[in-house]
Amino acid sequence: MVLTPDELALFDYGLSLEENPRSACVAAMKFIQDRRGWVDDEAMAWLAKKLDMNLSDLESVATFYSLVFRKPVGKHVILMCDSVSCWIMGCESVGDHLRRRLGIDLGQTTPDRRFTWLTIPCLGACDMAPAMMVDEILCGPLTPELIDKILDACEEADSS
Amino acid sequence: MTAETPLTAGIQANGDVLSLNRYEDMGGYQAFRTALREMTPSEVIETVKASGLRGRGGAGFPTGMKWSFVPKRNGDTGRRYLVANGDEMEPGTFKDRLLIEGNPHQLIEGVLLAAYAMEADFGYVFIRWAYRDSFLRLRHAAAEARAAGYIGEDIFGSGFNLEFHVHVSAGRYMCGEETALLTSLQGGRANPRSKPPFPPVAGLYGKPTIIQNIETLCNVPHIVRNGAEWYRNLGLTEESGTKLYGVSGKVNRPGIYELPMGTPIREIIEQHAGGMKDGLRLRGFLPGGASTPFLLDEHLDLPMDFNHIANAGSRLGTGTMIILDDSTCPVGMLANMEHFYAQESCGWCTPCREGLPWVEKTLTAIEKGEGQEDDLGILEDHCKLLGPGYTFCALAPGAADPLASALRFFREDFEAHITGRGCPWGSGGRY
Ligand SMILES: Cc1cc2nc3c(=O)[nH]c(=O)nc-3n(C[C@H](O)[C@H](O)[C@H](O)COP(=O)(O)O)c2cc1C
Ligand code: SF4
Ligand code: FES
Repeated sequence: MVLTPDELALFDYGLSLEENPRSACVAAMKFIQDRRGWVDDEAMAWLAKKLDMNLSDLESVATFYSLVFRKPVGKHVILMCDSVSCWIMGCESVGDHLRRRLGIDLGQTTPDRRFTWLTIPCLGACDMAPAMMVDEILCGPLTPELIDKILDACEEADSS
Repeated sequence: MTAETPLTAGIQANGDVLSLNRYEDMGGYQAFRTALREMTPSEVIETVKASGLRGRGGAGFPTGMKWSFVPKRNGDTGRRYLVANGDEMEPGTFKDRLLIEGNPHQLIEGVLLAAYAMEADFGYVFIRWAYRDSFLRLRHAAAEARAAGYIGEDIFGSGFNLEFHVHVSAGRYMCGEETALLTSLQGGRANPRSKPPFPPVAGLYGKPTIIQNIETLCNVPHIVRNGAEWYRNLGLTEESGTKLYGVSGKVNRPGIYELPMGTPIREIIEQHAGGMKDGLRLRGFLPGGASTPFLLDEHLDLPMDFNHIANAGSRLGTGTMIILDDSTCPVGMLANMEHFYAQESCGWCTPCREGLPWVEKTLTAIEKGEGQEDDLGILEDHCKLLGPGYTFCALAPGAADPLASALRFFREDFEAHITGRGCPWGSGGRY
């Protein structure tokens, strides 16, 4: 089963607010992703039926949007801004620190499935450059020390 | 006398959101109440026209004129839409986030007034996913406004109805292009539509639709409340109002500053943003986001408004400047920007889909010291082929214009990379 009965009730309510099922497709995929971390093939097939869309049509929408995840991601998703103001302010060198600390490259997930590291265009926080978002929280200006603090906090939250 | 700052007066320094009560205490929603009671939709349009307000999303189109393109209802009961564009993904642009997070009711009142003027019955705010706090605060504010009777059916017995919906996107720069935004709202890939028909006649679901930038809409309550003449007098030049100017890069106080339209660039950078950091020298700047051509230090005394910046060969764009200093490699900067454009191209048309990755690869090669003698010619050719008229939307020209200006202004730096087989700044160019 893709959604629990409670989740389904909430999903159907959300759907009822949209103008038609298709308009809801991005929100629908995000609904699943918010609860499962990503959108797997089973969920896609279920959604296509539910939204009365052709599966490949839904897939083409899913792959268009950068923040719909069609592959599993780690528990914490790090979205590091790689746009111009953050580049000027040194996002590459703080990225190097993150690379060393996590032992993974951009686009990868740590073997313990804790962290996924991705880039994102300008976070609209150019006055706090270099900036990143971790689990939907905006952080900056980044320094190696701040990155360590953030990652420590994530690890602490996981173990408590 | 301190200058007026209507757009940011309600935004608190501690970052907290302005509640409905506080907004009303500051005179909030009075303009909307007055309009419902005393003004026809056409009178609201005339006031906004007379104010000289121009779009703050990049193109600077006169707002009141755009509203007047919507056919009058004359008994037509079909749906009509007002869409607030909060995609804000152009690199270097960070003004709309401040407005939504700090004072969401100001935006809602702007949506209400614009919807009233164009006789729309449905208002959307389109927000990018990364603006999580903006979404949460706006959703809360909308619930407050609904409970207070500002949103819903037959608002204050006026017969005016407005449904209000916040749409959260899933991350693509193209969603900000107004017709692609509509396709995205309808559940598709964000490819743009051909015009005509223009959205005021046939937009969302084929119905009359106005798409407006967040900052543009936030101006409207103040214009309706204080009048067109007051608004025109706020500007220092022929142009009206105040503007949220932004400065990012290596300055002492990067940030957003609300100042009279037409404030001299030098004042914005040196006085408000605190000047360059650590004795660095300003070499140039993109005046209004990553799609606007470079200007140089010789332009610093220009007033920052649409016409002056256009006459100098660039665009006011979103009014958020990105500063190039002498410790930063211009080739690396362009390689970074073209990486963004190549990644964000929606792939609809060939010059953009195929040309931008080529441009990115060429710039990255030059930055790494692997540039060839004829690379600059190749880049210049691309600037022409990505220019207006060759592509479906303005993304490609917005990618080409800053590059063309950089090739002109910083040519010796590009050449030094090629002849010296490496980056003089040692930045190497990962992107
Ligand atoms: C690729 C692209 C991205 C855009 N992104 C935005 C955006 O995020 N926000 C915005 O207000 N306008 C954006 N625009 C401009 C819109 O197409 C449109 O002109 C604007 O929303 C109209 O509102 P205004 O007249 O109030 O400025 C973008 C344009 C292009 C070509
Ligand atoms: S110019 Fe680029 S972004 Fe615009 S429609 Fe063509 S391919 Fe898409
Ligand atoms: S460029 Fe990184 S937040 Fe704007």
